[in-house]
Amino acid sequence: METEVVHTNFKSEEYFINMGPQHPATHGVLRLLLTIDGEIIKKVEPDLGYIHRSIEKMCERDSYQQIVHLTDRMDYLSANINNEAVCLAVENALQLEIPERVKVIRTIIGELTRISSHCLWWGVMGMDVGALTTYFYGFRDREMINDIMEETCGARLTMNYNVPGGLMLDIHPNFVKRVKDFIAHFKTKLPEYDRLLTGNVIFKKRTVGVGVLSKEDAISFGASGPVGRASGYSCDVRKHHPYSAYDKVTFNESLKTEGDTYARYLVRIQEMWESLSIIEQLIDIIPEGEHRVKTNAVIKLPKGEYFQKVETARGELGVYIISTGTKSPYRLKFRSPGFSNLSLLNHIAVGGKIGDLVATMATLDLVIPDIDR
Amino acid sequence: MSYFSDIYEGIKTLLTGMSVTGKYFITSRKGAITQQYPDNRETLKMFDRFRGEVIMPHNEDNEHRCTGCQKCEIACPNGTIEIIWDRGIDEETGKKKKKIDQFVYHLSMCTMCGLCIDVCPTDAIEWGQNFENSVYDRTTLTRVLNEPNSKLMPGVED
Repeated sequence: METEVVHTNFKSEEYFINMGPQHPATHGVLRLLLTIDGEIIKKVEPDLGYIHRSIEKMCERDSYQQIVHLTDRMDYLSANINNEAVCLAVENALQLEIPERVKVIRTIIGELTRISSHCLWWGVMGMDVGALTTYFYGFRDREMINDIMEETCGARLTMNYNVPGGLMLDIHPNFVKRVKDFIAHFKTKLPEYDRLLTGNVIFKKRTVGVGVLSKEDAISFGASGPVGRASGYSCDVRKHHPYSAYDKVTFNESLKTEGDTYARYLVRIQEMWESLSIIEQLIDIIPEGEHRVKTNAVIKLPKGEYFQKVETARGELGVYIISTGTKSPYRLKFRSPGFSNLSLLNHIAVGGKIGDLVATMATLDLVIPDIDR
Repeated sequence: MSYFSDIYEGIKTLLTGMSVTGKYFITSRKGAITQQYPDNRETLKMFDRFRGEVIMPHNEDNEHRCTGCQKCEIACPNGTIEIIWDRGIDEETGKKKKKIDQFVYHLSMCTMCGLCIDVCPTDAIEWGQNFENSVYDRTTLTRVLNEPNSKLMPGVED
């Protein structure tokens, strides 16, 4: 005789599905526990920890010079900006006077990193919604930036180019020419991005009105970067708390008010234009001077607490150092943009379809090592 | 009415996108950036700052510049560098002097951060251009960088 199984945990028409940890649309080892009714998403529960390397704990063991290279491995697509955050925090604590040359070069390289990150995001964004061509176009232009980085910094992804006190090496003699070539090249390619994807009717149908995040929710969830700005929340650290050479350049903070997936897409495209304009303003006026200030071989921060935030390609990265006066921090906390942006996924994906979830996640631009650390 | 305008809009954006891809379909040979690796191994040249692996250059007399000060060992975040040193007798002054026995480099643990080369006071180590490091056994990635019977270059002091 058959006995009827009575579910007590959830309603019989809802079911669980695992998205990840090896799903290509999660861009890494993120596992999403989806509760689904048919194809309507009822609940999204991110499960983290698959790529946790305890970077914050390792920082308590390392010297301040060694910490910098660990931040490469957090948000690897904006490695240089992460390096800069730690270096700025240490330099502020030591009250070092940083040469203008270093500030300008850091800004240029930071903006190049942002363009490179957004190129990759644009490529995989198209791929996530089914347009494979964009992937190759995005990577083609990113390749030029990678070459610039490799020539000047020595590595393509994990550069470790910043050190507390300046830059590890001076810029390569070819740097200026290569960057100018890139600007000229990319100015002809960015309109192609628009023609290929931005106006496409299929892409618009997949993105407009999907995953809407209101301004109030963006603020209360701690959204930052393009995710917050697409909802009308003016949160650009470069604008509100300028660091390095951002107070010398004029640029617009790209803001949209719709807060949907398409708005987040447009904000990032607009940011690429702004980054190009920032680089253009600075590339001809790199001041002469030292590329590095001499620091002690063993850096000991004065006792106290230090905080520095920067704008990475994903949003606001905060570095919080508690020092007890020894050669390593007592505690070092990273406020990573990806973690806060992931926290609002459940809020904006509920009620949508699985396909919408993929499109929404693509514009949150999650980098999982940044979330797990 | 919007049904027809949707069709028109769909075809228009499709053709706009295809004009981009079509352009590259015709001119793809000219702008190709793909490198034919490994067929181009002979002509492939990495950038001079490229971080492949740490090497210790020797001159023709089998002499290196490493004094064994161990600054690189302290700077390394991962314990990649291990210097086994000894005290030898300096021939000129007759005093005891530190010298390296083996400069052990574990490439399998190296993150290519460059701190060791940055901190080296005598420029004894530098970046090599080799990047083909796949092996079947990771123990083969542990290397002794100083050549057998090599000596410190005269005149190098830290």
